[in-house]
Amino acid sequence: MAHEVVERHGSLERLVVVGLQSGGVALANRLALELERITGSTVPEGVLDVVFYRDDLDLRPVVPESATEIPVDVEGRIVLLVDDVLFTGRTVRAALNALSDFGRAGAIELAVLVDRGHRELPIRPDYVGKNLPTALSESVTATLDGVYLTRSSA
Amino acid sequence: MIGPHLLSIADLGHDGIVQVLNVAESFAEVEKRTMKKVPALKGKVIATMFFEESTRTRLSFETAAKRLSADVLSLSVATSSVKKGESLKDTLKTIEALGIDAVIIRHRSSGAPLQAARFLDDIHVVNAGDGWHEHPSQGLLDAFTVRQAWAAAAGVDPASTGSSLFRGKKIVIVGDIAHSRVARSEVLAYTALGAEVTLVAPATLLPPSVEGWGVAVAHRLDPLLEEADLVSVLRLQAERGSGECVPSLREFTETFGMTEARAERLKEGALITHPGPMVRGVEIASAVADDPRCLVTTQVHNGVAVRMAALYLLLTGGNAALDHSEANRDA
Repeated sequence: MAHEVVERHGSLERLVVVGLQSGGVALANRLALELERITGSTVPEGVLDVVFYRDDLDLRPVVPESATEIPVDVEGRIVLLVDDVLFTGRTVRAALNALSDFGRAGAIELAVLVDRGHRELPIRPDYVGKNLPTALSESVTATLDGVYLTRSSA
Repeated sequence: MIGPHLLSIADLGHDGIVQVLNVAESFAEVEKRTMKKVPALKGKVIATMFFEESTRTRLSFETAAKRLSADVLSLSVATSSVKKGESLKDTLKTIEALGIDAVIIRHRSSGAPLQAARFLDDIHVVNAGDGWHEHPSQGLLDAFTVRQAWAAAAGVDPASTGSSLFRGKKIVIVGDIAHSRVARSEVLAYTALGAEVTLVAPATLLPPSVEGWGVAVAHRLDPLLEEADLVSVLRLQAERGSGECVPSLREFTETFGMTEARAERLKEGALITHPGPMVRGVEIASAVADDPRCLVTTQVHNGVAVRMAALYLLLTGGNAALDHSEANRDA
């Protein structure tokens, strides 16, 4: 995935990697390290918690995991959003809105480890680790050791 | 989750308080952005009803609600039908009929917000100070402010500390305890978080119920100064008649005021809080009020993030939180 990013952009000067709280954070960190290993230049890394931008706050209580931190001004930058599993696309929608409050990014791209389908919004990832066709009743957990697909017993 | 109403710190318990403080840390980060507003409560309507004067609490709640993208209505009691003799219940029923989501009430009578919560079925009620009873958002923001200061001194992230920084801390609350709703909320918050609280006041300014509060009581401030980690200084509430409870303001200052000499004797790292408004020269010396150990302006600043957290937790999660049997538990 890191190679694809380098191939597409060549220079990573304007890039900032932003992990979505909480699953995308460790992944963003790995991706940034890998980009650094390949190109030799450090890529700024941020964390984004989109809780306050969700559209399902009325349906269930959600408590923020931790504070948002984006170390650079996103104005004009290429922001690479990173998440573990792409499902309905609603988290990414929230992230796009959140990000626009931080400034006008030059471009926003999306990298996910697993795309499990079932999108409810017109959102597609730019970089995908694995396309994993799933049923709605299944759940996907991605950790740093692996990706697990579990069927609900119900 | 907390809710459906915020009437007393006692409703939150240890876990509820820690949750509010942690969520408030997230909102404190939002406040540092250039765009300080988040859409979390978009489409909700919050009304403030202040039957008693206030500057900072009302502005703070209204700022908090606006930063959450809620629409804010402020009922000005002076120009409302209350002046024509409308009862609290009827005013509240009007608010309810308009489809408002939450109402923030300050009232001179203790228990008015609880009464409001009983009248209303579909509205979250937030107590912004009721008589001598409680001022829960102030208690929460005071706890938030001191936790942040202690965490900064220890070089740790406040949200990761839970209540550990409060455990075993010696907190002195001095001044007009009897008439202070802040005292009650602070006592509940600090003891729930594990601190040791001592109240200091002349016997005339202690409420008769103080024995049931589960805290130590002293009549002299001086012997406690060297040990205290935090001194919370309260104002003499002249509007509630505390003037008659002390022989003279000067004598009160001599015995219970946070004078420069007393501030000198505090141990290193000790903090001073004051809920405002301060009466300089009476309960706190002017030089002490401006001392970096005195967190009064930080308290006002943090009020917005803490109130955002409280409103956010009360108003999200759907109406599941508005459990009617719970709202009427004392009815």
